[in-house]
Amino acid sequence: MTLVSIRDIHKRFGSLEVLKGVDFDVQEGEVVCLLGRSGSGKSTLLRCINLLEKPDSGEIRVFGEDILNTKDVNAYRAKVGMCFQQFNLFSNMNVLHNCTVPQQRVLKRSRAEAEEKARYYLQKVGMQDFLQADVRMISGGQKQRVAIARALCMDPKLMLFDEPTSALDPEMVGEVLNVMKQLAEDGLTMVVVTHEMGFARNVADRIVFMDDGVIVEDCPPSEFFENPTKEVTRQFLRHYLEN
Amino acid sequence: MGFWQNVLKIVQDYWPNLLMACRTTLLVSLLGTACGFLIGLLIGGLRAIRLDFTASKASRILKRIFDAFAGLYITIFRGTPMMVQAVFIYYALLNIIHWSNIQAAVFVISVNTGAYMAEIIRSGIQAVDNGQIEAARSLGMSNAQTLKEVVLPQAIRNAFPAIGNELIVNIKDSSVLMIISISELMFSARSIAGTTFRFTEVYFIEACIYLFLTSVAALLLNWVEKRVNGSGLSLPQSDTDPTNMKLSRTAEQKGGNRDYDARQHS
Ligand SMILES: Nc1ncnc2c1ncn2[C@@H]1O[C@H](COP(=O)(O)OP(=O)(O)OP(=O)(O)O)[C@@H](O)[C@H]1O
Ligand SMILES: [Mg+2]
Repeated sequence: MTLVSIRDIHKRFGSLEVLKGVDFDVQEGEVVCLLGRSGSGKSTLLRCINLLEKPDSGEIRVFGEDILNTKDVNAYRAKVGMCFQQFNLFSNMNVLHNCTVPQQRVLKRSRAEAEEKARYYLQKVGMQDFLQADVRMISGGQKQRVAIARALCMDPKLMLFDEPTSALDPEMVGEVLNVMKQLAEDGLTMVVVTHEMGFARNVADRIVFMDDGVIVEDCPPSEFFENPTKEVTRQFLRHYLEN
Repeated sequence: MGFWQNVLKIVQDYWPNLLMACRTTLLVSLLGTACGFLIGLLIGGLRAIRLDFTASKASRILKRIFDAFAGLYITIFRGTPMMVQAVFIYYALLNIIHWSNIQAAVFVISVNTGAYMAEIIRSGIQAVDNGQIEAARSLGMSNAQTLKEVVLPQAIRNAFPAIGNELIVNIKDSSVLMIISISELMFSARSIAGTTFRFTEVYFIEACIYLFLTSVAALLLNWVEKRVNGSGLSLPQSDTDPTNMKLSRTAEQKGGNRDYDARQHS
């Protein structure tokens, strides 16, 4: 089943056209990695999916719903989880409350229900021993795992990740990627912007490669990494092999 | 008789008056700061809202109108002396609502403080990490929920030193309210000086009382601030430190005030 279906979206910031007609589909249960150089429009595309940005034109259907004309943006956003590069945990709340408050406010869950959910997902990401911890005091990898748990607590049907490991020290990248890999194995639908080529190669079902506001490749990882057809893709991969 | 003996004598003779005056000063400044804080929270909070594309057209228009009025209010009350505000408002409304001068005093100090608080709260809000606001929205929290759960708690924590400083400023600046004859410290010092003709001694006593009140307030605020921040995090040094007390609000906030500039740009 098609979960996300994007047709010909355009987005400009002032005079800069960032998305120049993007078509993009995601099937249920799929893990799609979105790759591309810095500034190619990956974040903007991702942010359009949960309406943090509004495209200037085009159509976005998610769960069959025309979300650009949805009546209740907040109810829609609750069904789409998002993880950010900078974690963005609420610094006025401890780990547990980061996970429970959104559930209570948005989904109107009871406190007990919200806590049960939070404990379950914090356990899943290995943060069950930090329920009362101040989110400003834990490590980057721990922060990102809490952010993932917070998003999962809303029972999203789709998860978006925008470079979830880019702000982490190298030794913490693994712990976050392992959690994401676990989620992928559980069958969660995920769109992941990343520079972790290992993750893209081993975990993704499909690679979507963007350049200068358009999608230039959309294929399985094996094809993308072994037989790239376009010159820009080869250039991009060469850049990663060199480093 | 020497200076200190005169001081002692005046304190002995007039301590009930001085005590009552202290009470009035504290009442007016505490109540005024509290009401001013609530006004500031409301106006600063609403002013800081940035409506995104999901907001309706009607709310956009309302916001515009509100911003214009709020801007006018802040400009007027920060741009005129509180003493002038006090006489003007007291006499202008006297015939309409027949209020007592103490009610007028609390009202004036509240709306005056509200104008400063609105800007303090607004810059406190602007200092809140935008990423956290986006995260809240991405979880489906509404604008109002985001404000209440994420933005305001952090904004108040950010702004706490400045909010506390308003209390200290009000303890001192309530002295100008003697212009509408409320018997606060300045007013009773003047009348005691008028009967004893011991000007230096009386005003010396008055100064000591102000210094005592502001120092106690500063100590309490520092203590509360530590509670508010919790968990021993290092946050910016408090403005309410007694050694760092500002001489007057106007001197401190007019010159290089960034809010003031920001408002003119927006
Ligand atoms: N809110 C905005 N206002 C103005 N310009 C923006 C805004 N957001 C993004 N841009 C610009 O749009 C372009 C594409 O940005 P985008 O964040 O989508 O790229 P990206 O592929 O995610 O890059 P990166 O790998 O650096 O995150 C960039 O040149 C960026 O500066
Ligand atoms: Mg990006």
